[in-house]
Amino acid sequence: MEQTDNIARAIDVGWLWLIPLFPLAGAAVNGLFGKRLQERLGKRANHAIAVGAMLLSCVVAEVAFWKMIAAAPGDRFFENHLWTMWRSGALKVDLSFGLDPLGMLMTMIVTHVATLIHVYSTGYMADEPAYWRFFFWMNLFAFSMLLLVMGSNFVVMFFGWEGVGLCSWGLIAFWYEDLEKAKAGMKAFVVNRFGDFGFVIGLFILFWSLSGIWSPETNRYIPERGLAGQVMGASAEPARVSRSGTVLGPTMEFRELRNQISDATTGMAERLRELTFWGFPLLAVICILFFVGATGKSAQIPLYVWLPDAMEGPTPVSALIHAATMVTAGVYMVARLNFLFALSAPAMTVVACVGVLTAIFAASIGFFQYDIKKVLAYSTVSQLGFMFIGVGVGAYWAGVFHLMTHAFFKACLFLGSGSVILACHHEQDMRKMGGLKQYTPITRWTYLAACWAIAGFPWASGFYSKDEILWKAWTAEGLSAPWLGHAIYVVGAIAALGTSFYMFRSYYMTFTGTYRGAAGHEDKERLEDPHAMAAHVHADEAVHAPSHAAAAADVHQVPHQHDASHGAAPDAHAHGGVPHESPRSMTYVLVALAFAAVVAGAIFGWPAAWGGGSEPLLERFLAPSIPAAELVKFAEPGRATEYLFQFFGLAIAALGWFAARVLYLDAKSTVPARLKELLPRAWGVVYNKYYVDEIYQATVVRGSLLLSAIAYWIDQNLIDGFVNFMGWLGRSLAYVDAAIDKYLVDGAVNGLADLTINSGRALRRVQTGHIQSYLYGALGGAIAFVIIQYVIR
Amino acid sequence: MTTIGLPHFLIVGAALFSLGMVTVVTRRNAVGILMGVELILNAANVNFIAFNHYVAAPGTLTGQVFSIFVIVLAAAEAAIGLAIVLAIYQTFHTIDVQETSLLRE
Repeated sequence: MEQTDNIARAIDVGWLWLIPLFPLAGAAVNGLFGKRLQERLGKRANHAIAVGAMLLSCVVAEVAFWKMIAAAPGDRFFENHLWTMWRSGALKVDLSFGLDPLGMLMTMIVTHVATLIHVYSTGYMADEPAYWRFFFWMNLFAFSMLLLVMGSNFVVMFFGWEGVGLCSWGLIAFWYEDLEKAKAGMKAFVVNRFGDFGFVIGLFILFWSLSGIWSPETNRYIPERGLAGQVMGASAEPARVSRSGTVLGPTMEFRELRNQISDATTGMAERLRELTFWGFPLLAVICILFFVGATGKSAQIPLYVWLPDAMEGPTPVSALIHAATMVTAGVYMVARLNFLFALSAPAMTVVACVGVLTAIFAASIGFFQYDIKKVLAYSTVSQLGFMFIGVGVGAYWAGVFHLMTHAFFKACLFLGSGSVILACHHEQDMRKMGGLKQYTPITRWTYLAACWAIAGFPWASGFYSKDEILWKAWTAEGLSAPWLGHAIYVVGAIAALGTSFYMFRSYYMTFTGTYRGAAGHEDKERLEDPHAMAAHVHADEAVHAPSHAAAAADVHQVPHQHDASHGAAPDAHAHGGVPHESPRSMTYVLVALAFAAVVAGAIFGWPAAWGGGSEPLLERFLAPSIPAAELVKFAEPGRATEYLFQFFGLAIAALGWFAARVLYLDAKSTVPARLKELLPRAWGVVYNKYYVDEIYQATVVRGSLLLSAIAYWIDQNLIDGFVNFMGWLGRSLAYVDAAIDKYLVDGAVNGLADLTINSGRALRRVQTGHIQSYLYGALGGAIAFVIIQYVIR
Repeated sequence: MTTIGLPHFLIVGAALFSLGMVTVVTRRNAVGILMGVELILNAANVNFIAFNHYVAAPGTLTGQVFSIFVIVLAAAEAAIGLAIVLAIYQTFHTIDVQETSLLRE
């Protein structure tokens, strides 16, 4: 650590806002004028805007990156304050962007992978009628994701957090005319709400806990046992500044939070460690609530259920959102708050245990899925579990490293699966693929490379990141119990074995053997036996029709890729053609991602144990962002043990690969089918994802519906009853009031008026116009006056 | 034989006033009413002179001067009254005050 005082000081960089601006502008143009552009100028205009915006964003991110590389490690905190959004007491929320090495890494991943996937989408979505809408959502997603990773405070991050959730909803349910897809989008959105709730509550408690009693004499916080009292700033008081110049108190800014916790002279870390909240350790409560948010966004137990369903979206969306970027937001957040999590052993333990459980659980479901995208979805859930093991045991850089390598190889796998799906005419069932290696060579090699990386074979990136995570898990000393690290290692290693197995299973099922698609059968059998053909087609339809309604709808919704741009397979215009390689816009992207997936690991994560004289490149780069690295302790059993564990990693990967090869190569082995018959119940449970969806349906969904029914009843009968009673009461009062008004007030007014009218009517008789009668009056008056004078006297 | 004193004059004045009043009130002819008004004014003149002679200091002429003024005023009034009567006649073709009742309700 080059830093001496462990305080991060910001460098103002005034143009960081340009990075998210470009995708926002692209989304605005495509959202407002996209449809007209598509009609007038063609789809080229839409993707030119979207891809152009991403490229510009990429360039600015690159400039920022090289500027950061040029800066000294202590100066790598770029900030760009735009304006203060609101201020209320101690709460001051700025719209500001910040890039520290962690944020920079994420920004680079997001901008670059998003650009590649935008390019890929121009090929994959070429026949989509609502092309502009797709690119609108994609650009908006990139914008939201950049807000999430670049926001320098919780609020901007949360804007992005919600924004990516919204875009995820819009893109999963992109073909919203299909009810299943619309439902999947809604599921993702609703499940994420649960997580967001945790996030927000955690944030409130954190903000609250940052106030407290402050002693100006010692410049320290006075420890308290329970969290109570007011939030600071409710009354005016002088700013709290520690001896090192750090401003203290409730804050939304990550950097200020980091500083007040990292700076030992403030007493903040001790204070937080000792505080309790309703009898629980405060930090554990905060961190676990934040982690609940992370489980929603990053699809961990128990909130992972939305991610497999999210595969209903277009494949580039699955690659960008549900593999490379959005689902890593939870990992990113935990890594971002490393200084908090590292202070709380229970929180770290929870994160690591949930991570490892998710890893093994999702991997086991992945074993028996037939939908290629479902396999990849469960693989993603599982790999995210590995990332949480990393950040949970305190190896923050390793978790982030796996995040990065996963972004490359999983994006490559998803895009490869998209290419395969396109090649097989929107078929997602691996049982109907097979033998694609001769039709789609580029897709095959890139897919293989990515499998190689994810399985953890040496020199491809997954080996370095996964090995580092598992090694750190074995040596972890920061968890609640000393044996937990070893347990996590063992379970994680089994999950890694599973990863290798199901990935190579999907590879062998898809690319080796002979093509089993319906069209292939038809062609072959037409030559051989016309009678058998009819029967087979019939049977085929009977089998496929119910189980692949979604796939059929897919075909319906997305007119095929077979237009003029599709030079690779000119014969494949009819629906029943042979598989074909995808257009160049897709294959080039695959190659780029496969290349990154293979080499990124060795470049960024060359282990210190292998020589080279220093810590891995990425660890050194991320060090300023991760002050907690000094807090978390790991055992150091020595080089030999480390080599042994690396060998274990290799052995696990090889074992998984070997098993998959034996069982699934060329679809020759009958063992899988026999196994299925032998253990139908166990197979059924795993194939049906342990019935978790059904359990959720029975408990959470049913419970929610019941709750809503109760709420509806209360609303209808109690609240409405009260409201109606109040209405009745008001009406009765109004009647009384109306009566008073009508008879009393109006009566008085009308009576006065009547009196005036009647007296006037009576008096006007006096006005006879006869002058002599007036004289009588005058005379009478005079006489009366005289008489009165006489009488009174 | 009693000497003639103030009460005798006052009785004459009152009788004149009453006759004038009755004329004004009962006459339907506008010219007759004007004549009644003359009687009333002259009744006042009698009173002025009588009071001057018996009540105020002898030798002063205040009452007499007042009477002169009243006579002048009566002349002016008669002139204007007759002009009004003429105008009434031109409008209504009669000088009966019972007929000229346009100012009623």
